[in-house]
Amino acid sequence: MKKTKLLTIIGGFSLLLLSFIFMSLDHIDATNVAGTSSDIADFFAFEGDNPDNTVFVATIQGILAPGVVTENASFDENVLIEFNIDNTGDFIEDLVIQAIKRGDSIYFFGPVIPNRTGLESDVLTSAPNHIVQISTTEETFITNEDDMSFFAGPRRDPSYFDFNRFIDIANGDAAPEGFYPPGESTDFFVGLNVLAIAVEVPNSLLGNAPQHILESQGTISGLPPAYNVWVSTKRKE
Amino acid sequence: MKNYKNKSYKLSVFVVLLLTALIFVQCKDDDDNGNVIDVISCNDGIQNGDEDGIDCGGSMCSPCEDNQLNFDGNFVQEDVAGRPGVNTIFGITDLLKNNYNVSEVANRTIFQEDFQEVLENYYDIYAISLDIPVDELNYENNIFDWDAARFTTIMSNYDALQVAPNGPTTYYDATNNLVFTGRYLSDDVMGFTLTLMFGGADGIRFDGNNGTPQLTTDAVAPGDRDFTLSFPYLEVPLTLE
Repeated sequence: MKKTKLLTIIGGFSLLLLSFIFMSLDHIDATNVAGTSSDIADFFAFEGDNPDNTVFVATIQGILAPGVVTENASFDENVLIEFNIDNTGDFIEDLVIQAIKRGDSIYFFGPVIPNRTGLESDVLTSAPNHIVQISTTEETFITNEDDMSFFAGPRRDPSYFDFNRFIDIANGDAAPEGFYPPGESTDFFVGLNVLAIAVEVPNSLLGNAPQHILESQGTISGLPPAYNVWVSTKRKE
Repeated sequence: MKNYKNKSYKLSVFVVLLLTALIFVQCKDDDDNGNVIDVISCNDGIQNGDEDGIDCGGSMCSPCEDNQLNFDGNFVQEDVAGRPGVNTIFGITDLLKNNYNVSEVANRTIFQEDFQEVLENYYDIYAISLDIPVDELNYENNIFDWDAARFTTIMSNYDALQVAPNGPTTYYDATNNLVFTGRYLSDDVMGFTLTLMFGGADGIRFDGNNGTPQLTTDAVAPGDRDFTLSFPYLEVPLTLE
């Protein structure tokens, strides 16, 4: 192997090492957002108990130790949490569901067509809105209105991954073995909590779904039409 | 019993006196004891006049603060998440991750090349550890026959969760030939992503068998988590017992 090539690889290796100190499922993000009130931990979207509904779940501000850390965790009144729904297939949001804290509650707006798309938003206060009191470590509050359900508060972290071993892999400390075999692996998130926002909405409020993106981009046929959805956090300027 | 009656009598007298007293403290301004609340003020503790909230807003008082349900302002993106682990697995540097976090989902073509380079870097790490020339250990087309460019294009340019309103939710279901139709809390998303990265065409290329590194799974299961709950589907937080 040429020395220059080796140096390049070692350089890349070092970058990986640095990179994976901030790892996993977006739980521990890059420096600009890590540990802040806008740091997204994970995101889920699935069919509800009612199959005519879709559920959106965002976890933020992971990782919270049980006890005082979890009890003291709070949503930020200056951070807008937005579920984005693309129902045309261009990966631009056609509908949003917004969530933002005021007092002891989270105010939800939408699903509604946003008046701006992309990196900046304002709160769409003229949209249908719903309020849910923020749950505590001891008490759960759920709002069921207009065939929709809303929740916000601390929950057990649902994500699971051997985060520490992944760091080892990136460091080269796990080569050539790789991950641990079953029984020796450790779930980094098993004893931790997060703040969660959950919304369940009827599909009838989300429009028709476009052709599945993997039909055109992944050369996979037979997939059902699917919305493209993501969650973003936006801070008040 | 006598005592009880006695107490009851005293209570009745007290209530009558209290009600009588209250007649004289109502806030009408047609009495002659000086106006109780004649002028609307910005510190009377109630929302009156043209105030937008309690003692704020309107033509007389100072504007209401945020806690008075003012939702004004311009909100700017700080973080974004679609598929699990994409930024953290492929966003190799802090700079790249920060840029990804503040990028538009529909405008990610600039990240594809970086993602592909990162994918190859993983292979270089293991080539070195296995004492194989780095040029001889590379990504091979995965179970969907995606080459490195197509795979990293799907990961970067189309980084959102797909969720099918009329189909079953799964991140990957080999039996029913379904992929990316949503993501349940229980789905082993990291294992599947690792399989796409390291599994090759049969999904088991680097699965830890036959002397290969175990890279297609982290071998972590959900453990004692309960994913059978109704809305909000999440378990109550863990506490210190």
